[in-house]
Amino acid sequence: MAISTVIYNTFFRRNSIFVGTVLFGAFAFEIGFDSTIDKFWDARNSGKQWKDIKYKYVEKDDEE
Amino acid sequence: MVNRLSGSPLFKRLASSVSRGFSTSTKQASGEVSGATRNAVLATVATGGLAAWYVNLYGNPIKAVTLAEHGLHPAEYPWSHNGWLDTFDHSSLRRGFLVYKEVCAACHSLNLVAWRTLVGVTHTSDEVRAMAEEFEYDDEPNDEGEIEKRPGKLSDYIPAPYANEQAARAANQGALPPDLSLIIKARHGGCDYVFSLLTGYPDEPPAGATVAPGLNYNPYFPGGGIAMGRVLFDGLVEYEDGTPATTSQMAKDVTTFLNWAAEPEHDVRKKTGLKVLIITGTLWAISLWVKRFKWSPIKTRRIVYKPPKL
Repeated sequence: MAISTVIYNTFFRRNSIFVGTVLFGAFAFEIGFDSTIDKFWDARNSGKQWKDIKYKYVEKDDEE
Repeated sequence: MVNRLSGSPLFKRLASSVSRGFSTSTKQASGEVSGATRNAVLATVATGGLAAWYVNLYGNPIKAVTLAEHGLHPAEYPWSHNGWLDTFDHSSLRRGFLVYKEVCAACHSLNLVAWRTLVGVTHTSDEVRAMAEEFEYDDEPNDEGEIEKRPGKLSDYIPAPYANEQAARAANQGALPPDLSLIIKARHGGCDYVFSLLTGYPDEPPAGATVAPGLNYNPYFPGGGIAMGRVLFDGLVEYEDGTPATTSQMAKDVTTFLNWAAEPEHDVRKKTGLKVLIITGTLWAISLWVKRFKWSPIKTRRIVYKPPKL
């Protein structure tokens, strides 16, 4: 069975499966895309963000 | 010669048009100037004259504002948040808030910034709570309808130094210290301007510059006379992270902080911009490919005309 036939039978044959694939794919893509951008952003701005300097001030609070 | 070169119908058409062009020009050169040509010359002269008159009248306006009145343009500084994908230097924001609190806040309000917005940006929530509690705010009316005071909470806004505009003017010889919440957005040059203004006070005004009484000379301020005097001097504040508190360091930190105050959505905006560019760029490339794919039979087809045999 050709790969295109497999894809057709799995995702496109039934409309409910097709719509479900679109919706789930949108969720999965958004999560993956956003976390990739966030990782890139954090790498590019490492040392400049609050989460990078937070430890200096949170530890001080614990000592008090 | 043209006929010798020409093998195809295209060349023949070219050759015929060229020869026609030659014939027209020879006819004009030999005969009198036609009416159409004279009209064209007249129209061109009239248009040129009209344009010259217009430029003479409006092209060189008298400027009512001298360069000094316009204010010296600030230099461009390499802010660490300048790039499309760069965030603020948050250590600088923290130092900048200290400078605002200890220096600027004596006269300038920060009406649009609430204490809670500092949490997770410059300070921990415990630190901000402690700072807010140092100020008193109006509480809700009690059973007698009297309004009592209560210590500040995270949801309160940073208190203004003056109760209202009149009080602010009365305390500053009639000059109103502007609210600094949006000052970076509200001034041409943004960060560069504010930094230049803070660091640009000369020891004495240059020769020829006149400053009205009660004003201070600053070349970056439009007109040169500014009611605010120089406020930042080396060692004015003490940074907790040990950074030397020079004038330019304090000006840089407070300018960065005010840029954050004016644009708290800064990081989200830049991240979203990157996402939008990636997604729309991909969609654009796909649409380009689809168009070429769909059009390929049309673009590569060949239309052949077979003349009927007579």
